[in-house]
Parts: sequence; C-alpha cells; structure tokens
Amino acid sequence: MSTVVESHDHGHHGPAKGLSRWLFTTNHKDIGTLYLWFSFIMLFIGGAMAMVIRAELFQPGLQIVQPEFFNQMTTNHGLIMVFGVIMPAFVGLANWMLPMQIGAPDMALPRLNNLSFWLLPMAFGILISTLFMPEGGPNFGWTFYAPLSTTYAPSTVNFFIFSVHVMGVSSILGSINIITTIFNMRAPGMTLMKMPLFVWSWLITAYLLIAVMPVLAGVVTMMLMDINFGTSFFNAAGGGDPVLFQHVFWFFGHPEVYIMILPAFGIVSHIIETFSRKPIFGYSSMVYAMASIAILSFVVWAHHMFTVGMPLAGELFFMYSTMLIAIPTGVKVFNWVATMFRGSITFETPMLFSIAFVALFTIGGFSGLMLAIVPADFQYHDTYFVVAHFHYVLVPGALFGIIAGAYYWLPKWTGNMYDETLGKLHFWLTFISVNVTFFPMHFVGLAGMPRRYPDYALQFADFNALISVGAFMFGLTQLLFLFIVIKTIRSGKQAKPEVWEGAGDLGLEWTLSSPPPYHSFTVQPQVK
Amino acid sequence: MAYIKKVFTKLIFVMPVLFSSLVFSESSDYNMPVGVTEVSESIFELHMVIFWICVVIGIIVFSIMFWSLWKYRKSKGAVAADFDDNFWLEIGWTVAATLVLVWMAVPSTQVMVEAYDDAEGEINILITGHQWKWHYEYLEDEVGFFSNLSTSQEQIDGEVPKGEFYLREVDEPLVIPTNTRVRFLITGNDVIHSWWVPDFAVKQDAIPGFINTAWTNVPEPGIFRGACTELCGIKHAFMPVVVRAVEREEFDAFIAEKVALAEEERLLTSKVWTKEELMARGEGFYATNCAACHQAGGQGIPPVFPALVGSQIALSDSARHIEILMEGVQGSAMAAFGDSYSEVDIASVITYTRQAWSNGENGDGVIVTPQDIVAYKNRIDL
Ligand code: HEC
Ligand code: HEM
Ligand SMILES: [Cu+2]
Ligand SMILES: [Cu+2]
Repeated sequence: MSTVVESHDHGHHGPAKGLSRWLFTTNHKDIGTLYLWFSFIMLFIGGAMAMVIRAELFQPGLQIVQPEFFNQMTTNHGLIMVFGVIMPAFVGLANWMLPMQIGAPDMALPRLNNLSFWLLPMAFGILISTLFMPEGGPNFGWTFYAPLSTTYAPSTVNFFIFSVHVMGVSSILGSINIITTIFNMRAPGMTLMKMPLFVWSWLITAYLLIAVMPVLAGVVTMMLMDINFGTSFFNAAGGGDPVLFQHVFWFFGHPEVYIMILPAFGIVSHIIETFSRKPIFGYSSMVYAMASIAILSFVVWAHHMFTVGMPLAGELFFMYSTMLIAIPTGVKVFNWVATMFRGSITFETPMLFSIAFVALFTIGGFSGLMLAIVPADFQYHDTYFVVAHFHYVLVPGALFGIIAGAYYWLPKWTGNMYDETLGKLHFWLTFISVNVTFFPMHFVGLAGMPRRYPDYALQFADFNALISVGAFMFGLTQLLFLFIVIKTIRSGKQAKPEVWEGAGDLGLEWTLSSPPPYHSFTVQPQVK
Repeated sequence: MAYIKKVFTKLIFVMPVLFSSLVFSESSDYNMPVGVTEVSESIFELHMVIFWICVVIGIIVFSIMFWSLWKYRKSKGAVAADFDDNFWLEIGWTVAATLVLVWMAVPSTQVMVEAYDDAEGEINILITGHQWKWHYEYLEDEVGFFSNLSTSQEQIDGEVPKGEFYLREVDEPLVIPTNTRVRFLITGNDVIHSWWVPDFAVKQDAIPGFINTAWTNVPEPGIFRGACTELCGIKHAFMPVVVRAVEREEFDAFIAEKVALAEEERLLTSKVWTKEELMARGEGFYATNCAACHQAGGQGIPPVFPALVGSQIALSDSARHIEILMEGVQGSAMAAFGDSYSEVDIASVITYTRQAWSNGENGDGVIVTPQDIVAYKNRIDL
C-alpha cells in the first residue's frame, strides 16, 4: 500500500467542493461548523415553540392553542433546547477548538466524527416529524414520566424513543472521540495540568456523557418494552414501579444538567482571563472544582423527586449532597471574581456575556440552593420557581457561555472581526430581555403557579404578560445575533492571529493564523 | 450612548432591589404564602432565612465583582497584576462556604423532621388522583366523592367574563375539621398527579400503585385553594384542589349527611328506573365525567378519543358496553369507572350514551338498568 503515500499531493489539502464537502467531511473545523449551524437552527425552532407557549400564556384563558398542542410545545421545546441546542453547540465548539488548543492537526477519529454529527439531523428529523402525525408528538414533558409516557402516551412515543436512542449514540461517539483526542494528541510538553480549562471541562463532560447516556438509553428501552412487549417495568397494574422510572431518569438527568454547564465554565474562564489581561485565578482549584462537581452530580439525583414519598433519611441525604455541590460551584465563582480583581479590564462583547454569565448563573445557583432545602422544596417543586431556576442556569448560563464563546472565537474562525457596536447592542437587548422574561417567574412560582399549565388563575395575569413581552423581545433579539454572525462571515476588519490584545500567550489557538489552516497544526508545537 | 449606558447600569442595580422589596413584605402576593399551619409557617420562615442568606452572599460577591470591574478598567489606565493563586484565600473561602451551608442545613433539618411525620391521624382521608379530577374518601366513615373543576368552558374560552376563582373552584371541596390531625393517604388511579395545598405546605405525588402520606392540622376555618402539580395530561391545569376547613360540629354534620346520601344511593339501586329517569341522570353524569374526552356531542376527538355517536358498542353491544365502563380499556386513557361510582350512575350513563344523539334511532334500543350492573358485578365475583 505504500503507493498511496506517493500519490498523496500535499498541495491540495483544502476542502472538497460543494455539498460533498459537508456530507463526507472528516475535518474538525467543517464538522464543528456543521454542529454550530445545526444548533443555531434548532435554537430558532425550539425558540419558536417557546414563543407559542408564551403567546398562549400572555393572558389567562385558552386563546391560541389547545392544551394538547401546548403540551407538545413544552415537551419539544425542552427536548430541542437540551439535546438539540446546548449539547450540539458545545460539541461544535469542542470540534473547532480542542485540536487548536492542544496543538493537534485534527480530531483523533475523523470518520467517527462525521457519523456523530450526521446522526443528529436524523434524530431531530424523526422527533419533529411526529408533530405532524395525526396523534401528535410527545406531550409528556421533556422528563417523560411514566406511565404518562407509556400506557397513556400517543403511539408516536415509539418515534421519540428511537430518536432518543440515535441522539444517545451520537453523544457517546462524540465523547469517545473527544477523550481519545485529548489523551493522545496533545502537543509535547502539555501535561494534563497545563491543559486549557475548556479542554479540561470537555474531558470531564465527555466522561459524564459516556457514563449517563447509556442510562438514558436504558430507560427509554424499558419504556419501549412496556409499550410494545408487555413488560411492566413502570406499570403498577402489572407489578411495576412508576417511581423507578424517575430514579433511572434522574440518574441520567442530573449529570446531564452539568453536561450542559461544564463546557460553559471552560469558555468563560478563557474569556475572563483574556479581557482581564491576567491569568485565571486558581487554575488547579478550577480543575478540582469541575471534577468534584462531576462526581457529586451522580449522588444528588433524587433532589428532583422530593415529593415522590421518600423515607426521611433519603430526603435528608439528597438535601445534604445537593448542598455540597454549592461548594465547588461557589469556588468557581470566587475564582472568576478574583481573576477580574486587579486586572486591566476591557468590555468587548464576549466579556460582557461572560460577566453576565457569572452574575446570572450565580442567581440560578442561589435558587438551586433554595430548591435543595427539602421542606421549602415542597412549596417550590413543579412551580414556575423551578422554571425560573433552570432557565437562569441554562439561558444566561449555558447559552450565554456559548454566545460568548462564539464572539470570542468568531474572528479566529472567519478571519474577520465582528461588528463591536452590533455585538454590544445584541448583548444589552439580550441581557435585559432575559431578566424581564425569567426573573418574574420566581414570583409567579412562589405565588403558586404550577409549571406546564396552559392556563392559569387570574392573580398571575400581570406577571405572565410581562414575562411574555420579555420572551418575545428575547426571541427577536436572537435574529440580530444571526445577522451579526452572517455579516462577520462575509466581511469585517481583518483579524490578527492573536485577535485579542495579549491573547498570544494564552493558548495555542492564538498562534495560528486567522482563519487557521485547514489542518490546524501540521507540525506539533512545543509547550513550555 | 454614554447616557444610555448609565441608565442601564443603574437599572441593573435597581431591579433586584425593587424585586426583592416585593418579596420582602410578608403578605405579598408574590412570595410564598405563610399558610395557616405550624408547618407552613416554619417552612415560610425557613424560606426567608435561606433567601436572605443568599441575598447577603450575593451582595458581597457582586459588589466585589462590580467594584473590580469599575476600578480596574483598562480605560482608566489599570495595569494587570500578575498573581494567579493564593492558597490561604482559597482554603478560606472554601471553609467559609462550607460553614454557611452547615448553618443552612441545621434549621432545614429541623423543619424537615417537623413536617415529616406519618403517624395515624384522627381523620384519615384517601385522596386519589384521576385524569382529571380528585376523589376523596373518608376512611373511617367509608364515604367518598369526586371533586371536579367547576369553572365553565365558556370562561376558559373567553366567551363570558372570568370569575374571581377562575380555575380555582370545584363542585365539591374536600371538607376537613379544624384543630384535628388529618392524615392524607395519596395515590393515583391512572398517571401520576400531585396534590398541593400551599397554605398547608402539603405537596405529595399521587402515584399509581403507591400510597403516600401527608398530614395537616388546621387551626382556623377557611377555604384553601391548591392545584395539581405533576403533568398528568391534557387537563393538568384543570383539576384544582379546594379544601374547606370547618369546626368539628359542622364537619360531623357533613359526614352524617354524606353517609345518609350513600344509603339513599344504595336504595336507589333496587328501585325500578324508567328510561327517562336514567337519561336525565346520565346526561349530568356524562357532562362531568365523559365529555372531557368524548365531547358533549359524543363526537370524541378521533383518533385519540373515539366517537360514541355511531360506535358499534353503543349501538348494538350492551354487554361489551357495560364491561368497558366497569373495567376500562387496558392500556388506554379509558379508565374503569366501576369501582368509583354507583350502579345507578354507571347504568344511567350507559343508557344515556345508547339513547342520546342519533344513537337512539340507530341502535338496538337496549336500556341498561342498575340491576344489570349488579348482575354484572355478581357474575364477576363468582
Ligand atoms: C380520559 C379520557 C376518557 C374519559 C374521561 C372517558 N373515556 Fe371512554 N374512551 C376513551 C378512550 C381513549 C377510548 C378508546 C379505548 C380503546 O379502545 O383503546 C374510550 C372508549 C370508550 C368506549 C368504547 C367506544 C368504542 O366504540 O370503542 C365507550 C363506550 C366509552 N369510552 C364510554 C365512556 C363513558 C360513558 C365515559 C364517562 C363515564 C367515558 N368513556 C369517559 C377515553 C375516555
Ligand atoms: C426565549 C427563550 C425561552 C423562553 C421564552 C422559554 C420559555 C419556556 C417556557 C414557557 C417553558 C414551559 C414552562 C412550563 O413547563 O409550563 C419552558 C420550559 C423549558 N425550557 Fe425554556 N424558554 C426559553 C429558552 C430555553 C433555553 C435556551 C433552554 C435550554 C437551554 C430552555 C430549556 C427549557 C426546558 C428544559 C424546559 C422544560 C420543558 C418541560 O418542562 O418539559 N429554554 N421554557
Ligand atoms: Cu438536578
Ligand atoms: Cu396534573
């Protein structure tokens, strides 16, 4: 086979032309781009569903949609945002940045990489197609509690199960690739404790994914058996146990929420050090904090189930373990603040999003801490207080992390600077609308409005109207983001290799040209 | 631009203060209700303690952060220092965080132990969540009833103005005595529901196959309104909880009346019913119990909920019709009604669906009587 090597023409190592470039690509940047665009499109689809929800909730009464369709909207909104927006966006960023940050030419397993991506459009194609079937799509919440999702589900639940399986395979393959890349392809001299924090965050996330995606696959398979093959895992009439479903689901589900935030921790750490012009404070405690969050996330799952009727000892155990997670999380926040302290700070768009991330994610952390207090959780559980909590950690948390990362690396990817004025405008509109949308949800929740309600009592009307206005504003604002991204791809001031002042010392990615060569590092750099 | 920036910055600081002052006042509509029981009051206090601890930590962290952002901005010539760790500082704040958490955990544990108590009550009530209504049964007296939303569909659809207790009113509230330990045994009939009364701080999932317990002891008479808080299908938002707490004498009278009614019901079963009587009774029963799925005109919502108009079962198969009502259809949303309702109710609704709409002309004209249901039950018991 040595002849193959001879015919290898090193002059033609650019991308293939046309559609086949994207269908058959094994290049980490192309695949990263695919992931990012996929997630961007899903953000608008899932966002449109949120708009339907908020339009219906603008006033009490049923005006726009019927409860059956409303339930399909909340369910698919949740599923799409979690599995179709946040997770693929992080994988996209990993694909682009990991090889560049560790000094590698590409990911370790490029063909697998192609497969992991192309599974996703199929999975979501299947999921979304159920909305057009006569019985309608999944309507049992993104947590799909049995028996509502088994005995009482529309028959399209089988498509849902299949699509969850496909998403799971995609995530597992992606994680294997990431772990392999990080362990085998680091530049000489880059020891584990010299890895950039984004690389660390993804290494930990990838292990979490490999650990819990099979659990998710297990639980949907049990559902499949109950629905089609006469088993009774979750069917009380057949001797099964509906609570077992929740234990298995949340054993996946809680680590899943950290899967959705750890990479954002990594991104934000880089941005804060760049724009504070000062190395990240407490690098090693940042790494240990992420590792302890990941480990603890396996022993807190039942904090989602405080009202299912657990023994007292169980309730207390899960309360304490959940409170423990606040420690490493707090450490991270303190470290970010200490990084800013005595820095030399500028406020470019990525930094603005990161500052907002630290502040608002912390608010989500506080409400999380309140939710951990079992007796108080009896009052909070399944109300809008919970909706406020998880949106604070997911939207100004995970999503802001992603947006910040996009602004931070966009000049590197495209070779063009984005428009700073528009970026700042995007930030302020987003920041205001996010708070107008999600902050009042705390109050309607405390006042007693349960979640997943298409209609509500009159005393919640004022705040719901305000929330809906905020939501429409948030939705519209993201069109501006789309515009900015397209504008940057097409034109803009030429970006230097280091892009940001002083970033050249901060990571290997800033030593490459902007845009970087197709095979990032063909010669491994030496890390001191 | 600079002016706008200033306004924004002010807004960032003012907003939280504004909002927390809303929360601050105890009687606020936007905070957790204090409630009426000892447990609900302890939980409210705990909630406020934890809230204020978070506010204080927040103020400290955010002031340091925003002060640093202000003080060390490059535009004012700040030059970055070059430190990237401080061992004792890091140990210090880790320990401090741990201590604060322990401080929070102590009262939380106390309140939890207070709230968690599954000793028998003086009155024990079995609460069963159904799609989409609650059933209450007084275990000592063996009487029970369903509690349905009483807000009209016209209000929901906006055809008439919404009443004061829109979506928070039922046809028959649960009645409990004051100053009595009442224990709730909570279960589900079909999917998982969750029974919540904020003023008692009781929220327990109603899970098929499980019986969860909760308890309360209400000092003052009053009407307390709550909700179902676990997604249970289409009408999840339309199955509120209403509890009426009354003095002991009034409660005893209420139970006596229920017992008498139940006795009357038993007598009715043996009475000879005419078609018209059955139809009249069946119509009301149908409207409250079947119309949610099969619709008032019997047309259903195919393919999810089949039409009863023109259904072969309703037209010509009365035996199967009885069986479906008594046993439900396994693996579908069609529940078994036999265990929860009287023979008279079942017979009348079957007769009604066989005679109403166009079914009367097109069907076999069979009338199902309470005696037929008794006969069916006896056959099954053999
Ligand atoms: C929660 C929704 C729901 C409610 C409430 C409900 N049903 Fe049904 N019903 C169904 C469904 C779903 C089926 C179809 C079951 C199947 O065959 O899979 C059904 C089937 C039936 C059938 C058989 C129809 C046929 O042609 O197969 C009859 C008769 C019937 N229901 C009568 C009633 C009556 C009478 C009531 C009120 C006491 C009632 N149902 C309440 C959901 C409901
Ligand atoms: C415009 C922005 C958004 C708005 C207005 C919005 C609004 C809502 C609303 C109204 C609900 C339903 C509440 C209920 O259960 O009744 C909801 C649920 C949810 N949202 Fe969002 N959302 C937005 C963005 C996001 C993002 C970015 C994410 C994920 C990262 C997300 C994740 C979720 C999840 C997981 C649920 C729970 C779904 C369920 O209960 O089944 N949302 N959202
Ligand atoms: Cu959790
Ligand atoms: Cu419900």
